[in-house]
Amino acid sequence: MGSILIHAAEQGFAYGIAALGVFITFRILRFPDLTVDGSFVTGAAIASSLLTSMGVDPFLALAVAFGAGCVAGAVTGLLHTRLGITDLLAGVLSMIMLYSINLRIMGKPNISLLRVTTLSDVVEKALSPLGAVALLVVLAGLTFLIKLVLDAFFRTEFGLALRATGDNEAMIVSQGVNTKSMKVFGLALSNGLVAMSGALVAQYSGFADVGMGVGTIVTGLAAVIVGGSLIRSRRIGWMTASVLVGSLIYRVAVMFALRYGYLIGFQASDLKLVTSLIVIVALVIPTVRERLMRKVGSC
Amino acid sequence: MLDVQGVEKRFRSGADEVLALAGIDLHLDRGDFLTVIGSNGAGKSTLLHVICGVLLPTTGRVRLGGVDVTCAPAYRRARRISRIVQDPMKGTAPSMTVAENLALASKRRGRTLRPAISRRRRAAFVDRLSDLGVDLTTRLDDPVSTLSGGERQALAVAMATLSCPDLLLLDEHTAALDPKNAERIVELTRAFVEESGLTTIMVTHNMDQAIELGNRLAMMHKGQFVHEVRDEAKRRARVCDLVELFSRRHVADDELLLDPA
Ligand SMILES: Nc1ncnc2c1ncn2[C@@H]1O[C@H](COP(=O)(O)OP(=O)(O)OP(=O)(O)O)[C@@H](O)[C@H]1O
Ligand SMILES: [Mg+2]
Repeated sequence: MGSILIHAAEQGFAYGIAALGVFITFRILRFPDLTVDGSFVTGAAIASSLLTSMGVDPFLALAVAFGAGCVAGAVTGLLHTRLGITDLLAGVLSMIMLYSINLRIMGKPNISLLRVTTLSDVVEKALSPLGAVALLVVLAGLTFLIKLVLDAFFRTEFGLALRATGDNEAMIVSQGVNTKSMKVFGLALSNGLVAMSGALVAQYSGFADVGMGVGTIVTGLAAVIVGGSLIRSRRIGWMTASVLVGSLIYRVAVMFALRYGYLIGFQASDLKLVTSLIVIVALVIPTVRERLMRKVGSC
Repeated sequence: MLDVQGVEKRFRSGADEVLALAGIDLHLDRGDFLTVIGSNGAGKSTLLHVICGVLLPTTGRVRLGGVDVTCAPAYRRARRISRIVQDPMKGTAPSMTVAENLALASKRRGRTLRPAISRRRRAAFVDRLSDLGVDLTTRLDDPVSTLSGGERQALAVAMATLSCPDLLLLDEHTAALDPKNAERIVELTRAFVEESGLTTIMVTHNMDQAIELGNRLAMMHKGQFVHEVRDEAKRRARVCDLVELFSRRHVADDELLLDPA
């Protein structure tokens, strides 16, 4: 049980980085970005290829994946801001293009990392005294570091302008901010984080698969929404913390569902359905609550 | 300072074309304060939008300080032009705090990776707010969405004036407020403009305000300036004269409409 909880927490942090990326587009920029389903795999694909073919350092692979994700996000941003394609369609187009590109990078639909040195191997060797929690400590540390950097960034002059772009675009234009560039930047940052998360998850689970990104947007949203409903704060530090908490809770819930769900007829393949239902419920609760209040009030 | 030459603005095309600006020529010297009145749909907001770059004119040029800015994007003109709009919701970022909004307004270019709100800046914000007589100094860390419309508009005034622009555009910026708050905001505006000698265009439906403030007054009708008074003549202008002018215009239009030819 304990080791399973540790695994759930490890995943919570590894996927939490992707959730932070989704948070940036969905909450900060208010841009429903579907690129992430592709860029998550791009990160995994690049890291896996680098590890298997060139024996690159596992941490360096993360950085390269981040860069590739940034490019993918920037493409979506440019499709939207420069070519005037609607936000959803721009994301979908990037996602579909990435599917082909990811296959090109990988050369085949699935790469196994069992025979190369991954981040997990490096960490377990370097921190062997910590035993079973070594990887968890490193993943938690890395994710928390990213959270702190993001927090600091969102308090800078530039970061503040990025937040205002999502909050009131017309207003921040009249304060001299080029919101088109801001959106491109925000999408790049977001997808960079998502790709980095993909690279982590691939190394963690020992393989990269061209289909592993399906639903990244939904699991990311699940974390953002679950965390946001538990920790209601407008302070940026608490907001990013809530995303990580949401990701941890989501992964623990998934762990329980996979382990004990069979008792109620749950199968692993139902996971995406259930996750989407959770997101739907969380998204409609405010509307339903309002409608109920109105009904009660008018009677 | 500001030169608007032969500006026309058409919305849509074909049968339902709207000629919102029908040939506008306007020249403001540094320190001019122009008030603009005119009925709904006269094109006042459209003119301000063309000046600040939110809309591009169909024909004509806009020059600012001798530089042709007709095609410059709005965000770039915003480095020199401040704007306050009618809707208090539109001029501020609602989910960000008062201090964050002020920080956004205190620098219009070259935003860096330095912390936006340093201790020194906070102190400067407090000074600025109390200079303006805006009672928001204890609410620096509250989200703007928790402020009332009047408080938001006061904040908008503080934000519009924080970075010392060359030109201030006010589009009925007190229209959404109750009379008392409207008066306070007008007072704030007047004090600031007088003290800094800022070039200003103020659109208003309040004739008293239009007469009281500024050194120039213009009336717009159907996308054109139809009457302008300045300095001495403006000081002598009375509300009843303006109303008279107004109604004469409308009568003239009605006659045209009734004319079978
Ligand atoms: N985006 C638009 N598309 C089409 N027509 C528009 C648009 N914006 C303004 N117009 C039209 O242009 C004309 C001038 O509008 P404008 O908003 O400038 O008037 P205004 O003088 O500011 O009026 P008000 O006193 O009501 O604010 C109106 O006939 C309006 O219907
Ligand atoms: Mg108007």
